[in-house]
Amino acid sequence: MCLGIPGQIVEITDPARMAAMAEVSGVRREVNVACVAEGPLEGLIGQWALIHVGFAMSLIDEEEAAKTLDALRDLGEAQEALEQMAAGDAALEGRA
Amino acid sequence: MKFASEFRDPALAKALLAEIAKLADQIGASKEKPVHIMEICGGHTHSIFRYGLDKLIHEGVEFIHGPGCPVCVLPRARVDECIEIAQKDGVIFCTFGDAMRVPGSKLSLLQAKAEGADVRMVYSPLDALEIARRNPAREVVFFGLGFETTTPSTALAIQAAAREGLTNFSVFCNHITVPEPIKALLDDPHMCLDGFIGPGHVSMVIGIHPYDFIAQDYGKPIVVAGFEPTDLLQSVLMVLRQIAEGVARVENQYARVVPEHGNKVSIAAMADVYEKRPSFEWRGLGEIDASGLRIREAYRAFDAEEKFAIGYAGVRAVVEEAEGCACGAVMTGRMKPPACPQFGKGCTPEMPLGALMVSSEGACAAYWQYGGARAAE
Repeated sequence: MCLGIPGQIVEITDPARMAAMAEVSGVRREVNVACVAEGPLEGLIGQWALIHVGFAMSLIDEEEAAKTLDALRDLGEAQEALEQMAAGDAALEGRA
Repeated sequence: MKFASEFRDPALAKALLAEIAKLADQIGASKEKPVHIMEICGGHTHSIFRYGLDKLIHEGVEFIHGPGCPVCVLPRARVDECIEIAQKDGVIFCTFGDAMRVPGSKLSLLQAKAEGADVRMVYSPLDALEIARRNPAREVVFFGLGFETTTPSTALAIQAAAREGLTNFSVFCNHITVPEPIKALLDDPHMCLDGFIGPGHVSMVIGIHPYDFIAQDYGKPIVVAGFEPTDLLQSVLMVLRQIAEGVARVENQYARVVPEHGNKVSIAAMADVYEKRPSFEWRGLGEIDASGLRIREAYRAFDAEEKFAIGYAGVRAVVEEAEGCACGAVMTGRMKPPACPQFGKGCTPEMPLGALMVSSEGACAAYWQYGGARAAE
């Protein structure tokens, strides 16, 4: 929960709520982009961000994203984050 | 240690280790008289063990594992209060997965769930918010846990709930801050710390200046670091250089992610929703002044402590830590995990007695997880 995981912002889903779709290690997850939105939200599409508990917290370049993802995989933290995202989805349905 | 295959850049790691060894010799650090460097963040602790950096590094450099694992510093009484809330009629209690197995005085949240409480593991406070929208007849409580990395997320969730006029969402706020416990450790006459590796992702939020007091008032170097092994080695080298030069500064090794002044949206959201508590209790460290956050008056409707008259808003039970649990001594660097009589006996990751064995960021779990691999080498 303390280490962010890199994700690529692929779509703005709800500008009023600052919501965007991010792709994290092949998994799509809605995230909040309030903390990284400086100009028009569309400008975020295609950018990489460090995502912490559902919030994009820092924009990073692609190379940094790849290196960070490798480091998180080594630590087992990438898998943990993906499992927690799946658990969060299940919790919405009351299945978790 | 399979050096070449473990490190993505083995040549760089070797060069850094050689440079560290040279400097350590130069400042007279030895196994008998080591330089004590505290890595504050539990993510760094995990990384140090994963790569065996404590074994690879010059014997005159000793890592002291800091209090930067929010699950590990959670007192049993807080877990008991979570369970008390979760067991109330109509409550859906949402938490990060990390907190599920932390033992309370009788149960963990996982056990409370097995006994029938509606405890849900979520990835984000936004999940809890969505659960509240979908279940208007239920009270949805989110367990706000963590340092400044996760605090903005609950602040933004509370602001969203206020905007939407949700009346069935609240946060049980147990957020804590990094600088205050560091000050408490520096004020402890038993601690002998020569420098710090500063947390990366916390600093991404708050910037590097909240650590100025460490250099200015206490004369200790601190270097904010990334999570890759070469980041950590580079940061140790930067700390040693400061020691060798006889200076103390706040330096930023992780500038590619950490802006000097942090993230301004996060800082504004935290300031809007939260204020400092007079003091807050930490497992192993006791009450520390101004080290915890509470929800401001303006957002009281979203404060689970007020809603359920619990925690600092209720009558707080005095709960002793588990008998034989030495988490406090380990957390203050006075004891190494394997020296704890319960380590691997009464306390394992499957059946943790203390919180340091629960999280992968806890020093005991890290020793346990990577200890077996080492013994085989």
